[in-house]
Amino acid sequence: MTSTARTAATEHTGHVAGVRRPQTATVQTSTTPAGDRQAEYRALMRKWWFGAAVGAPTMILSYPWLIPGLRDIFPRGSEQLWWLWVGMGVASLAVIAYSGNQFFTGAWEALRHRSANMHTLIAIGTGTAWVYSTVALLFPQLFPSDAMTDVYYDVTVVVTALVVLGMAMEVKARGRTSEAIEKLIGLQPKTARVVRDGTELEVPVDQVVVGDIVVVRPGSKVPVDGIVIEGASALDESMITGESMPVAKTQGDEVIGATMNTTGSLRFRATKVGADTALATIVRMVGDAQASKVPIQRIVDVVSSYFTPAVVIASILGFVIWFDFGPAPAFTYATIVAVTTLIIACPCALGMATPMSLTTGVGLGASHGILIRSGDALQAAKKIDTIVLDKTGTITIGKPAVTDIVSAEGFEVDAILSMAAAAERDSEHPLAAAIVGGAAERGLTALSATRFEAVPGHGIRAWLGASRVLVGKRAFLEMNGIDASALEASAIRLADEGKTPVFIALDDRAAGILAIADPVKPDSAAAIAALRRLGLQVVMITGDNRRTADAIARQVGVDRVLAEVLPQDKANEVRKLQLEGRKVAMVGDGINDAPALAQSDVGFAIGTGTDVAIEASDVTLISGSLRGVVSAIEISRATMRNVYQNLFGAFVYNGLGLPIALGVLYPFIGLLLSPILAALAMSFSSVTVISNANRLKRFRLQEVSA
Amino acid sequence: MTTEQVLVTAAGLAGAAFVAWFFWFKRSEGVMASTVSDGYQEQMILVKGGYTPDTIRVAAGRPVRLLFRREETAACSEQVVLADFGKSAPLPMGAVVPVEFMPGEPGEHEFTCQMGMLRGRIIVEAA
Repeated sequence: MTSTARTAATEHTGHVAGVRRPQTATVQTSTTPAGDRQAEYRALMRKWWFGAAVGAPTMILSYPWLIPGLRDIFPRGSEQLWWLWVGMGVASLAVIAYSGNQFFTGAWEALRHRSANMHTLIAIGTGTAWVYSTVALLFPQLFPSDAMTDVYYDVTVVVTALVVLGMAMEVKARGRTSEAIEKLIGLQPKTARVVRDGTELEVPVDQVVVGDIVVVRPGSKVPVDGIVIEGASALDESMITGESMPVAKTQGDEVIGATMNTTGSLRFRATKVGADTALATIVRMVGDAQASKVPIQRIVDVVSSYFTPAVVIASILGFVIWFDFGPAPAFTYATIVAVTTLIIACPCALGMATPMSLTTGVGLGASHGILIRSGDALQAAKKIDTIVLDKTGTITIGKPAVTDIVSAEGFEVDAILSMAAAAERDSEHPLAAAIVGGAAERGLTALSATRFEAVPGHGIRAWLGASRVLVGKRAFLEMNGIDASALEASAIRLADEGKTPVFIALDDRAAGILAIADPVKPDSAAAIAALRRLGLQVVMITGDNRRTADAIARQVGVDRVLAEVLPQDKANEVRKLQLEGRKVAMVGDGINDAPALAQSDVGFAIGTGTDVAIEASDVTLISGSLRGVVSAIEISRATMRNVYQNLFGAFVYNGLGLPIALGVLYPFIGLLLSPILAALAMSFSSVTVISNANRLKRFRLQEVSA
Repeated sequence: MTTEQVLVTAAGLAGAAFVAWFFWFKRSEGVMASTVSDGYQEQMILVKGGYTPDTIRVAAGRPVRLLFRREETAACSEQVVLADFGKSAPLPMGAVVPVEFMPGEPGEHEFTCQMGMLRGRIIVEAA
């Protein structure tokens, strides 16, 4: 573009080109969408009442000869009837100007963009009825017969009123679909108690900075995201994660802003504030997802871009056909048919069918701690038939722990655990942490070893005072001349359950076995059963050996196990399943499993805590429970079902309504629709679409009990 | 056929053809977004019954900031969606709302209201 052309373009856009800095510009935001909608609703309702007040007498007085009593005062062709109709013409013009002006300004604005919308159709429809009536009234000599000089002011007024009422109901219902996101925004606490210069003070939440020490009192809200440094409490995180049970928090645990403290007190260090908090990210993600498009919408978009002008063309052609071939008075019939066609067409029902369901479905997910990233994810999640679950961290807790303790005769289970913990206290071995943690969890007093030696690949040898403790494989005990055959049966049983048996010996006697395993989450088996009830094939993927993997698989009841898969090969395994012709969902932790999540048709990142914006995932589950996957799939299916219902309804409505309005039934059963009935049908159809979408909010999720 | 019928038929067909041409065969040249000091290509868009301008031309590979200003109460236009760029924004009345994105390859992209009733085009041209 040349510089002159650019200047011309800038001039063309006129006053709007002046603003340069969005930072200052956005500060002007004074209204909220909810506030806008309220004002819009009230304005539309005033317009409706005015239209209805004029409409009722207009309808009666349009046909006074049908009503006993009025028939004598206003006989057909009388001068007083003429004056009455002049009065109605003026009153209906007032209705057009007050109640219906948005149709005309909207149609004009659209026309300037060479586009057409619902306003165009209603404006032409009601305008035509008014102009026809006024010409018939003022210049009856233009019409060949008296029968053609009836007026249709009632059409103008009643159609305007009904469509305005429909719009008002639509505005109200649209507000309900976006309640979910407004509720999320409302969760944000206004103030925070922070420690500054040694004193605790209350500050507005937007003044909290990263690194601030934040105090959370009993019963108050956590203002921002952070890590607990002091205190212990349980937090109700249901508003963010969808988990109904309060979650215990102590030093080192992550807290999420907007969650509710119960009875304890906490101090935490703020790690994410302002637009970086989990809540702010959730609000942003939900907003983006609600505004995204379900793939099927792209087809609808193409249809709706041709729809409105096509209706105008249909209405013109309908007029011509009725004028040429219709019964007398042809001009009157042709006009009514053209007007009815314009009014019955409802581009709105078509346009709203998918976005309304999507908005409601995504909102429903968010209220259960499920963030559906886009309409594509929703449509894909509906189609999956296979679900791959990563074992570690998804089915299991993801941290090894002592699950069983077997004691030999003459030993106490607690004693075995404390001995082992004392021996392992300073060990680097991955299982050592589980043993030491297990002892701490049971509140056992820590013994300390006076000396210890690690025997790589075998175990550890430690001395507690004068006693020697051995912790390790069975072979390690035997190397030291200790007979562990009494524990053999237990060891085999534990190994079959997928657990790692660790033998303990005191001096020259085998004392017992500790079984270490990554425990299955309490609700995993129930969730997997629910997934199978949904008709999905459930596949578990793990790096574990076949025996451990099979043991876990038996516990939770999956259909298929992919064991001994190296982390880098997980994506490949997903691809193999896809090559079998399956639609595959992958559930994993979002970091190690990112390539597999990206490869799958739908990737679920699970248990992300405050880290909700996982790039590779299509669906983020804030809580760590597999139940979220079940809910997410149910919500996707319900939402897509709702989308199809709406689209079906909108297409059937327009597909049947338009031909009937055009009078295709007239030659057969003499049925011709009145424009007023058309207006009723049209308003009803768009309200139906939105109400159906709102019905989704009451969708009941399957109960998955642990 | 009477003369009247011939005339009405001719006028009707001409009218239908005009409607088809008027709404379906529009091709606007578009407005080139201007580059501002922070390197963004910026364009103000008025939202009122449609988008003005409704065709915006930008150069590929440089960030774009569209400033939407909605000046109507009709709920239809309360959200703008740039589906191809995965962006959307609510447009409160009277506020200027920036929507930023990075145009990749040359090509055409639509921006619409949530219902797809209002439409605009972004034409990405080779830089």
